[in-house]
Amino acid sequence: MSNEAVLHAHSDVATHEGHGEHHEHHHHETFISKYVFSMDHKMIAKQFLITGMFWAVLGGLMSVLFRLQLGYPDSSFPILETLLGKWAKGGHITPEAYYALVTTHGTVLVFFVLTAGLSGTFANFLIPLQIGARDMASPFLNMLSYWFFFTASIVMLSSIFVETGPFSGGWTAYPPLSALGDASPGSKTGMDLWLVSMALFVVSSLLGGLNYIATILNMRTKGMSMTRLPLTIWALFFTAILGVLSFPVLFSGFILLIFDRNFGTSFYLSDIFISGVGALPNEGGSAILYQHLFWFLGHPEVYIILLPAMGMVSEILSVNSRKPIFGYMAMIGSLFAIAILAFLVWAHHMFVTGLNPFLGSIFVLLTLLIAVPSAIKVFNWLTTLWRGNIRFTPGMMFAIGFVSLFISGGLTGIWLGNSALDIHLHDTYFVIAHFHIVMGVASMFGMFAGIYHWFPKMYGRYLNNTLGYIHFWVTIAGAYLIFWPMHYEGLAGMPRRYYDYSIWESFKQFADLNRFISTVAMIVFAVQILFLFNFFYSIFKGRKVTSLNPWGANTLEWTTPLRPGHGNWVGEIPEVHRWAYDYGKDGKDFISQTTPVGADESHH
Amino acid sequence: MTIFLTIAVIVLIFVVIFQIAKASEYVSVLKGEDISRKQNNKINGFLMLSFMILGMIGVWYCNKLYLGKTLLAVDSASVEGSRVDSMLWITIAVTGIVFIATQAILFWFAYKYQENENRKVYFFPHDNKLEVLWTIVPAIVLTVLVVIGLRNWFLFTGEPPKEAMVVEVTGRQFNWMFRYPGKDGAFGKKYYKNIDDAGNNSLGIIWEDPLSHDDIMYDKMVLVKGRPVKLIIGSRDVIHDVGLSHFRLKMDAVPGIPTTLWFTPKYTTKEMAELTHNPNFVYELSCDQMCGNGHYSMRGIIEVVDQEEYDVWMAKMKPQYLTANPDKDPENNKPAADSAKLAVKPSAAATKVAAKL
Repeated sequence: MSNEAVLHAHSDVATHEGHGEHHEHHHHETFISKYVFSMDHKMIAKQFLITGMFWAVLGGLMSVLFRLQLGYPDSSFPILETLLGKWAKGGHITPEAYYALVTTHGTVLVFFVLTAGLSGTFANFLIPLQIGARDMASPFLNMLSYWFFFTASIVMLSSIFVETGPFSGGWTAYPPLSALGDASPGSKTGMDLWLVSMALFVVSSLLGGLNYIATILNMRTKGMSMTRLPLTIWALFFTAILGVLSFPVLFSGFILLIFDRNFGTSFYLSDIFISGVGALPNEGGSAILYQHLFWFLGHPEVYIILLPAMGMVSEILSVNSRKPIFGYMAMIGSLFAIAILAFLVWAHHMFVTGLNPFLGSIFVLLTLLIAVPSAIKVFNWLTTLWRGNIRFTPGMMFAIGFVSLFISGGLTGIWLGNSALDIHLHDTYFVIAHFHIVMGVASMFGMFAGIYHWFPKMYGRYLNNTLGYIHFWVTIAGAYLIFWPMHYEGLAGMPRRYYDYSIWESFKQFADLNRFISTVAMIVFAVQILFLFNFFYSIFKGRKVTSLNPWGANTLEWTTPLRPGHGNWVGEIPEVHRWAYDYGKDGKDFISQTTPVGADESHH
Repeated sequence: MTIFLTIAVIVLIFVVIFQIAKASEYVSVLKGEDISRKQNNKINGFLMLSFMILGMIGVWYCNKLYLGKTLLAVDSASVEGSRVDSMLWITIAVTGIVFIATQAILFWFAYKYQENENRKVYFFPHDNKLEVLWTIVPAIVLTVLVVIGLRNWFLFTGEPPKEAMVVEVTGRQFNWMFRYPGKDGAFGKKYYKNIDDAGNNSLGIIWEDPLSHDDIMYDKMVLVKGRPVKLIIGSRDVIHDVGLSHFRLKMDAVPGIPTTLWFTPKYTTKEMAELTHNPNFVYELSCDQMCGNGHYSMRGIIEVVDQEEYDVWMAKMKPQYLTANPDKDPENNKPAADSAKLAVKPSAAATKVAAKL
C-alpha cells in the first residue's frame, strides 16, 4: 500500500474521531466514549490489562486455596467455611471445591490472563504505536473484541456461583466427563456456562486477531517495511495468525460437545454406563476426537501465550543492553518456524491415549524439532547481552528472568516431548513443573517486563522502582522454589490433580515439601498484590515522566507526545528510515527509527 | 481472631514496604536520578550473580533432599522401565549440561556487562556462522535423543512376546476391575448394556459366550515375576488412566476404545519391599487422568508373585460366571441340603466383593 493510501486510511479513521488528524482537543469525548466504549486502541489495551489483572488475582487466589489443601491437608481453616460455605465444610476444602478451583484456575490463567491479558493488552497497545498507525484497522471491531471478552468474563464469573458449582473436570474439559452431568456435578450447569463463556472468548479472540493482522499488513507508516518492524510486532503478528487459524477448531470441538450434552448426539460418547443411572444409549463416538480438536488449538495456544512475551523480551533486552538484538532475521525465522511447528505437534499431549504408535513417533520428531528454533532464540538473547552496557530497569530484570525461566522450562520439554519418557512422566507433577515454568511464569515475566517498560507510555508516570525490584526478586526466587522441587515429585510418579495423597504408599513422602511449596506460593501471591498496588498507585501518584524517550529507545512509540491522545501523533505520522535496533552504532548510544540514514554511516 | 491478626500484620508489612519504597524514590530524586540509577544497577548486577550461585547451590541441595524419594532411587520394577530410566539419565545429562551452561552464561553476562561508563558497546547485529552453529549442534543432539526415544517407544508400543499373559483392566468411577481369561486364554465377549452391578456382572460380560465361562475377576492385579503381561485397558464411564509408576508406564482407559500396554515385572512385591526398605510397600495403580471428584482415591493394587504362588492363587479362584449365575454352579446343585447351604455362603461373600468392585 502506498503511503498516500495509508494516510488516506488514517484520515478515514480520524474523520470518525472528529478530525483527530491534527488535534484531538477539538473532539468532545464523554466518559462513556473515552473510558467505557472506547475505540482508542490504547484505552482498549488498558481495559484488557485491568480485566486480565482482575482474573489474575482471582485465579491466583484460587491456586492459594487449593495449595492450602495440598500443603495442609490435616488442618482446618474456619475462615474458609465462612467465605466459601458448603464448599469448605468444617474449614476443609471439599474435593468438589478443590477440583472446581483447579479447573477454573487453569482456564482463567490460560485464556483470560495469559491470552487476553497478555496479547490483548500488548497487541492493542503496541501495534499501532510501533508500526506508526493512528489506530487499528477497525477500531470498532477492536472495541467489540474487548466487550466479547468482558461478557465471557461475566459468564465465567457467574458459573462460580451456580449451585452445582463451576465446571470441575480440568481446564482441558475432556469428555465424557465434561459431557455428562451425571458423572460429575461440575459438568451440569457449570459446564454449560463454561462453554458459553469460552465460545464468547473465541469470538473476542478472533475479532482481535483479524484486526491485528490487518493492521500490521496494511497500516505501517511510510518506510516501515516488514523487515524494519520491531520484534514485538513480528511476535504479535505470528500470535494473531496462530489464534485465527486454531481457535475456530477449538470452537468446532465445543459445538460438538454442546450437541453431545444437549441434543443427544454421540460425537464423543460411546459404551458408557454411569453408576446410578445405567447404560447410556450413545454408541460409536470417540472421546479421543475431542482431544484432537482441543489440542489443535491447545498446543498453538501455548505459543499464543509465549510469543508475545518473546517479542517484548527481545525488544526490552536490546534497549536495555544498549545493543542491537543479535540475529534479527534469525529471530524472525525462528518465530516463523515455531509458528509453523506449533500446528504440527498437538498430539504430543496424547501419547498415552492409545494413539497409533507410528503417528506418535512423527509427533515426537516434530515436537523435538521445536527445540531448535527455541535454542536459536536463547542463544541470540545471550549474545545480545554479551558486551552490552546493561541497565537493570525492572523491565529488563523481568526480561532476563524470562530467559532464565524459558531455558529451565524449555529443557524439560525435551523430556516430555520424547514419547518413551512421556509414557512415564505424563500427567505427573513433572508436567505441572514444566508448563508452569515455561508457559505460566515465563509468560507472566514477559508481561511484567512489558508493563514496567511501557507503563511510562501508558500513563505518563513511572512505577516505583524499589517495589519493582522487590517484586522481581521475590517472584523469580519464589517461582523456582515452587516449581523446581515439583520435578522431583513428578519423578516419583506423583499424579496431577489429586486432592489428597495420604492414602498412597507411593506418593505420601512429600508432605513436608508440599507444605513448603504452599507457603512459598502464598508469599509470591502476596508480592503480586504489592505489584498491583504499585500499579494502581502509580497511575495517579507515580513519579512523572519528563522526557519523551525515557529509556532511550529507537521505536516509534517514543516519538509520540507524553500522553498521546486518540490518533497518537499530533500532525504527520513520522517516516521510518531504518530498523529498530541501531543501538551503539558508530559510537552513538541510539539512533531512532525516524532518523534518516547518514551518508557516512557504516553498513552492517 | 488470629485470622484478623494475620491480616493486620500482612497489611502492616505492606505499608512498611511501601513507605520504604516511596522514601527511596524521594531520596533518588534528591540525589539525582542518574546517580541512584547507577547505584541500583550495581546492586542488581551483584544480585544477579548471587542469584545464580545461590540457585545452583539450591539445585544441588534440592537434589540431595529429594532424589532419594523419587523412583530413581531404586531400580525400575519392570524390564522395560529400566530402559525408561537409562533414557532418563541420558536426557538429564544432556539437558543438565545445557541448563548449567546457559544459566551461568545468562547471569554472568548480566553481571559482567552491567552499565559501565567506560565501556563502549560492541555493535554486533548478526553473525551467520554463529547462527548455523547453534542451529546444527542442537539438531544433532536432538536427533540422538529422538533415535533413542523412538527405539524404546516402538518396543513399548509393539507386540508383546508370545508367552505373555493377558489381563483386562477396566476403570470406573472410582476403582479398577481386573479380569483374567482363565484356562482357555480368551476373554468372553462383553457389551456395556449388559452391565449389572447387582447381578455380579460389572463388566457387562455376555454369559452366552462360552469363552466367558472360565473368566476370573479379582479386586487386585496379580502378576508373575519375569513373565511379560499384556494389559487390555478399557473404561466403562469416563476416561481414566492406568498409571504404573513403579513400572514406568501408563496408558489411558477410554470408553469404547480398548487400549493395550505390556511390560515384564522384574521384582515380586516382597523383593521390592526389601529394595525400598519399606515393609508396607505395595505396587499401586494410580488413575492418572482426571475422572471426577473421586479421582484422587482411584487406587488399585498390583501383586507381583512368582509362578508357583500365582498358580496356587489361580487354582483357588472361582469363575465369575458361577458367581453371577449361582444356578449353574455345580457346588450349588448338590442334592444334600447341608452342603448346598455351605456353598451359598462363600458365594454370597463373593457377591459382596464383586459388588464392591
